[in-house]
Amino acid sequence: MTQTDNRTERAAPDRELPNSTPRPEGELEELERVWKPPSGWNYITVVNNTYIGVFYVGTAFLFFILAGVLALIMRTQLAVPENDLVGEDLYNQLFTMHGTIMMFLFAVPAVEAMGVYLLPNMQAARDLPFPRLSAYAFWAYFVGGLVFFSSIFFGLAPKGGWFMYPPLTSYEFSPGINADFWLLGIGFIEISAIAGAIEIIVGVLRTRAPGQSLDKLPIYAWTMLIFAGMIVFAFPAVILATALLELERAFQWPFFVAEKGGSPLLWQHLFWFFGHPEVYIIFLPAAGFVSMIIPTVAQTPLVAYRLVVVALLATGFFSFGLWVHHMFTTGLPQLSLSFFSAASMAVSIPSGIQVFAWIATLAAGRIRLNTPALFVLGFLFTFVLGGLTGVMVAMVPFDWQVHDTYFVVAHFHYVLFGGMVFPLFAAFYYWIPTASARPLSERLGRWVFGLIFIGFNTAFFPMHITGLIGMPRRVYTYPAELGWNTLNMISTVGAFMIAAGVLLFLVDLIRNFRPFTNKSPGNVWNAGTLEWLPSGNYQTRSIPIVTSREPLWDQPNLPEDVEAGRYFLPGAPTGGRETIVTSPINATPQYVVQMPGPSWPTVLAAVFTAAFFLGLTVKLVIPAVICGLLAIAMVMLWLWDTDPGPTVDQVDIGGGLRLPAYVTGPSSHSWWAMVVLILVGGTLFTTLIFSYFFLWTVNPGAWPPGSVELPSLGWPAVAAALYASSSGAIWLASGFLKRRKRNGPWWSVRLLLLVAFPLMAGGLAVDLFGQWQTGLRPEEHSYGAVVYTVIGVQGLYVVALTLMAFYTIARSLAGMLDGVRRVTFDNTMLFWHYMTAQGLVGLAVIHFFPRLIG
Amino acid sequence: MFTGGALIFLLVIGLTVLTIILPQERRRWLAQQNVVIAGGIVFPVAVLSLLLGYGFFVTRGHVGAEEPTLRIEVIGEQWWWRVRYLDESGGVRFATANEIRVPAGEPVEFILKSADVIHSFWVPSLAGKLDMVPGKVNTYTFSADKPGVYRGQCAEYCGAQHALMAFYLVAMEPGSFDAWAAGQADPAWDRVAAELKYGRDLFIANGCGACHTVRGTPATGDLGPDLTHVGGRLSIGAGTLPTNIGTLAGWISSTQHVKPGVSMPSFGNLESRDLRAIAAYLESLE
Repeated sequence: MTQTDNRTERAAPDRELPNSTPRPEGELEELERVWKPPSGWNYITVVNNTYIGVFYVGTAFLFFILAGVLALIMRTQLAVPENDLVGEDLYNQLFTMHGTIMMFLFAVPAVEAMGVYLLPNMQAARDLPFPRLSAYAFWAYFVGGLVFFSSIFFGLAPKGGWFMYPPLTSYEFSPGINADFWLLGIGFIEISAIAGAIEIIVGVLRTRAPGQSLDKLPIYAWTMLIFAGMIVFAFPAVILATALLELERAFQWPFFVAEKGGSPLLWQHLFWFFGHPEVYIIFLPAAGFVSMIIPTVAQTPLVAYRLVVVALLATGFFSFGLWVHHMFTTGLPQLSLSFFSAASMAVSIPSGIQVFAWIATLAAGRIRLNTPALFVLGFLFTFVLGGLTGVMVAMVPFDWQVHDTYFVVAHFHYVLFGGMVFPLFAAFYYWIPTASARPLSERLGRWVFGLIFIGFNTAFFPMHITGLIGMPRRVYTYPAELGWNTLNMISTVGAFMIAAGVLLFLVDLIRNFRPFTNKSPGNVWNAGTLEWLPSGNYQTRSIPIVTSREPLWDQPNLPEDVEAGRYFLPGAPTGGRETIVTSPINATPQYVVQMPGPSWPTVLAAVFTAAFFLGLTVKLVIPAVICGLLAIAMVMLWLWDTDPGPTVDQVDIGGGLRLPAYVTGPSSHSWWAMVVLILVGGTLFTTLIFSYFFLWTVNPGAWPPGSVELPSLGWPAVAAALYASSSGAIWLASGFLKRRKRNGPWWSVRLLLLVAFPLMAGGLAVDLFGQWQTGLRPEEHSYGAVVYTVIGVQGLYVVALTLMAFYTIARSLAGMLDGVRRVTFDNTMLFWHYMTAQGLVGLAVIHFFPRLIG
Repeated sequence: MFTGGALIFLLVIGLTVLTIILPQERRRWLAQQNVVIAGGIVFPVAVLSLLLGYGFFVTRGHVGAEEPTLRIEVIGEQWWWRVRYLDESGGVRFATANEIRVPAGEPVEFILKSADVIHSFWVPSLAGKLDMVPGKVNTYTFSADKPGVYRGQCAEYCGAQHALMAFYLVAMEPGSFDAWAAGQADPAWDRVAAELKYGRDLFIANGCGACHTVRGTPATGDLGPDLTHVGGRLSIGAGTLPTNIGTLAGWISSTQHVKPGVSMPSFGNLESRDLRAIAAYLESLE
């Protein structure tokens, strides 16, 4: 089970392993040069996942501390009844910001950031497949998140609660820009979450160590794959919800206004369709930490690996069927309550499987009670308790009593703090030796654990009782005579104990955390997975062949052979950054991907994106538009050198394997990323169509409302024909491109792109004008609002594709597009066909559904 | 449910502790896939099925409640409760605010609406909560079995003064309830004694009637709570302060200090003599 003592038994390694030693002179130096982060001011353009990952985790942790400080102010206010430390206006901002930041600016980015940091290491890839995308996501989040947080210093922070129910948060009851700041803050995390999800899905499925087939994939990588998949299907709902709310706030399109055919419950459905999976989006990666740490601290492989994978998949699946349990008190029909109650209970079963798998693993091995182990045990204690109260609130009659009380506050802190923060601290203590020249202190770590664990239970256990005896959440004050005083005081004391623990952790970090040195204390816990291989900025010197789930335990002499360069790709044969792309199931090497390095346009694109949204929020429209255009220009600049084409024909990675250095079509990582993006778009559109039907159910018999006439069927017929023929032109262009060898004349392809653009734009114009000429206006009724939103979403695709079409033409004019080097064209093509499909579905729904029911 | 939950919790934590303290050979039985299947699948499926069945049973009891003997419309507004007692035909018998009196032991149907944002109607000691959603009417039938005073509070965050949006539900003996209801239906004017007339005139002269109704006087405003019998209620400001002449005067002169953000401005310009007169008049409206 350990990797020692086998050195002598190994016979003639150089014949078994792909590459022979000694390695040629200068190979390592070349690898180091290629992967070296830039220095001086250019340092912030770094894209290596080990740097961006650490910045990203650090920023998320900063938000944890900031939101924690807000919580301390709240706990101080509630320590005694009728306190006047903070007024209602500030208090309402405090809890809104606390919840929003903890959920959106801490929890989701933190687990995503850990993935950016850990996944390539765990899969022995040199980096994630789209390093600049990670950097962009990080910087947009960093700038945007800090600006969003600053709003509280100016009294401009949102105050509608973290789930921002309209109508309270719409234009009538929340004038001013506070709520817009919320939408701004969420906007950044939407961007970085989607970017991260694409990166992680492609990264986990396509850039693994050769031989690391799906049944040998570390559980953590499984959790991140499911995490990213859940983001793809959950985040579009909240993206749509926030877009609708902003349309309502800015232009009075009445999606949620009851008098104008809207419904406040539409928001709740969209928000919780995202919001419940969100809880598991946060929890699953944390469960992944636990499934990695427990085998190490017990020094034995995870028991029931396959069951755990099934449990993770089941959690991801079930979590989309639970959202209504946040709406049990809104007066929904009994039947749907029963269904969602059952589903809410069912989701606890996969968690039970994991808990027993961990217990069985601990029983199989012998636990070493180090700091990561303590935090994992603390997690188990807290999370099981939170899970049990979760089953209680899944009972409809019990929920009617405790919903929106401190019982629920206690419950979700047990599952979120217990389920995510404890594992995160365990992960910090566990993995910091891979990132820092020194591990953190075991002695301080025990104190940190003790303070946080005791503090947490002191703060939150009494809240169960406070809630049961009637204290609602989100109250800035409470009367003295209701018997809530002592319990609240205890909770406040506990909150400060947690703060002391976190403070001590910061002390530990300052004393011991030394990142970016390329020095490491080594495999301090004797762990079995690849992130503990010796590594530099290029990750591992050579990319190992994996034959086990815990290669460092089962494959003798692996670290030495990897470090000596005996495995695949020990140098940088293309002269740039590269990693091996593998097949999704068996992880067979397929090609070598050339990856882009540091870039200023990426950072600037993020800054201008942030400035664009910020400008819109504070109503500086002209500067915002300028920043938006600059952001687009920067994105194009950054993309310009990311489609290098086949700079070399084939790359010898060792062991007789010669792989292409450039691949297009369905097996390329770029194609996969575009497909994931299209899934995001498709989900967004589906939730929009759901909104259309939902609004119909609140306006039965008036769809469209009284005075509105549907356009005659000629309009959608012409629009559909135009969309379809634009796609046809792209299809033709693709065929022409295929037949072209390099350096031929390109007018047919360029011309077809130029023709496709007006056809597509014409389709949109006919679609829009067909509705407009009937007198339908978006601000009068929810019908018009949702119809114009469907057209508006289509319009966004038309704008994006216009940019993509001209970008593709520019590539062609620059001689960077041909029958082989065609990734840019392929992406445009896929997106184009999706746009057409979406346009046709939209036309069908809007024009046929009302006729069908009329 | 709590006992069951506690037992399961102790079981899981107990097993975890065993894996740490027991010597390896005595805990080997735990280290197998069958334990994961038994503990993670079989056991929870059994327990949850039972619990779910019980939940449906309890819920059914709630829904199939008896025919109500009284129907009360409660409308949530930022940040108070408009209360309307309905007659048989659904017309308004009388209106009041921030206090609901019901006959003890009789099922009462609450018709819950909202005038602005989402609120939630909740009397913790009597029944679970139900939201008041704009554009939607929710109804809820329950009874207070024993006479007494029950505190209720808004349970869905509804803006600045969500914390101070409470009310009292008073369950009365059915006989005294009928007398109270008859009194509430009466207007207030004929009970104004001579020494309170000054306060009443000030109440009218200061424009209070633009927002408040005192039936039988020129005050017919509909924006704020009906004050026809405000002196007989337990609290003012939606459960914020007990009703007496001092709190009434304090409320009128510094509304925005007591409950910042409500629609009513502070009438800080009133002479203290006048303030007391208005407060005394309001207190007399029982």
